[in-house]
Amino acid sequence: MSVPQTLAAPLLSVRGLRKSFGKSVVLTDLDLDVPEHTCTVLIGASGSGKSTLLRCLNLLEVVDDGVVELDGQDIADPRVDANAIRSKVGIVFQAFNLFPHLSVLDNVMLAPRRVHRVRRQQAESDAVAMLERVGLSDKARARPDELSGGQQQRVAIARALVNRPRLMLFDEVTSALDPELVGEVLTLIRELKSDGMTMVVATHEMGFAREVADQVCFLDGGRVLEQGPPAQIFGAPQEPRTRQFLARIVAAGRL
Amino acid sequence: MTPEPSGAAQPGSAADVIKAIPLRRPGRWIAAFVILVLVVLFIYGAATNANFQWSTYRSYLFDRRITKGVWATLQLTFLAMALGVVLGVALAVMRLSANPVLKSVAWAYLWVFRGTPVYVQLVFWGLFSSIYPHLSLGIPFAHQFAHFDIQSLQAFFFFAALGLGLNEAAYMAEIVRAGISSVGEGQSEAATALGMSWPLTMRRVVLPQAMRVIIPPTGNELISMLKTTSLVIAVPFTGDLYSQARQISGANFRPVPLLMVASTWYLAITSVLMVGQYFLEKHYAKGSSRTMTARQLRVLAKAIGNPDRGGDGA
Repeated sequence: MSVPQTLAAPLLSVRGLRKSFGKSVVLTDLDLDVPEHTCTVLIGASGSGKSTLLRCLNLLEVVDDGVVELDGQDIADPRVDANAIRSKVGIVFQAFNLFPHLSVLDNVMLAPRRVHRVRRQQAESDAVAMLERVGLSDKARARPDELSGGQQQRVAIARALVNRPRLMLFDEVTSALDPELVGEVLTLIRELKSDGMTMVVATHEMGFAREVADQVCFLDGGRVLEQGPPAQIFGAPQEPRTRQFLARIVAAGRL
Repeated sequence: MTPEPSGAAQPGSAADVIKAIPLRRPGRWIAAFVILVLVVLFIYGAATNANFQWSTYRSYLFDRRITKGVWATLQLTFLAMALGVVLGVALAVMRLSANPVLKSVAWAYLWVFRGTPVYVQLVFWGLFSSIYPHLSLGIPFAHQFAHFDIQSLQAFFFFAALGLGLNEAAYMAEIVRAGISSVGEGQSEAATALGMSWPLTMRRVVLPQAMRVIIPPTGNELISMLKTTSLVIAVPFTGDLYSQARQISGANFRPVPLLMVASTWYLAITSVLMVGQYFLEKHYAKGSSRTMTARQLRVLAKAIGNPDRGGDGA
């Protein structure tokens, strides 16, 4: 493998991705390129395949067919070590999924300690630094259920970031939050973006998408129907389906 | 109770304090009195009935054979329970695994051990030595590391514990399975996404959370196991509490006081276990529910500064 080519190639490159659950086809012939240090936002109606795509990128779902190259390595190949790939790709879920029986600090420390075999002292100082990064160092000893939804989601982001992933996936991370708590999570994602983190974000927050995205992908029927810079997708969408979707969003007062 | 002017016939008396008289319940008083009389009569009758032979009861309550039997019963209970828990967790994990061989083996195990009486199983274990007279540990058809003679008295104790433990495993497997299923899918998903392997996910994320559901019924199983040890005579192991009591009464022809001795010991041990279970359940119920108890509601009402609504209505 030639090094210059890897440098030139995007960090993540998806070709002909297909995924179905039984008879229902969720993703068909999906292509996507994500250059390093950029933010790709996925928009589309519920059931358009946004979540499934993110779960495929993290190997939480077994891909039926296609090539998913991360850093030049085909991770959709069944021979790869899925757990090693997963620690290169962080994911944050809609429902936070913090471990309720562990303190906030232990939530963040669990993977470094048990998966990456980092020494306790090192893992603890890393975790504390990461909690400081998300503005929650004072909550290190708290249990997840003592935190607000926004704080829980920030802990979930810290838990993913502490493994130093190459790529971060955000799966509708503000959809389960009370409206007044959405801001703090979006601010954190904005900061990550300016730190140069490569990320793929599925969201219904169109204002945020327009502001933070380098490219916007409109998913429809299991494929990327239209993609481009936010100004183009939101300002002058080409596809009738995209226009229809955005018109509905505007009617709902969310753009 | 604060009276409300709810548009009733007497608007003038709305501000008067009503003297509350509890509802009279004569039926309860009569029933309680009748039951109490019957209980007193029974205790008086039992104490004065010579057939209970209380002097024999007293002289055997702390007899060495009895206390040794208590010790053997406790050993059997805890050994069988330990085997049941370990094997039960393994079976539960097998049943939930994606491997069809592991799944069906676990299912077949549960089918056999839950589908036959434990007494019959214990008789089978007693006949084990007549089915397989010698037991060797080693590589099949090649080298032998160890050789066991399984016709000794020690073997009957071993088979009693084994038989009870293997039977218990089938029941524990279902309890553990319910516990694992009670932990949300998102939990194992989040752990997997962090790069944790399946065994690590189980040990660090799923099982600790499943404990809340697993612990209370396991306490019940332990208490039940203590009483089930009285069946080990089927093996036949005769060192346990009930067998010892039977042996003594077989010699002195006084079964009634000796059954009372055995019952007293069983009751004493289960009482201790029940107290332990009460505290364990209280501990594991913590944080499991977001609804407030009546006490918490009262505290809350007081804090808000509305003491007269501190009752159950808040």
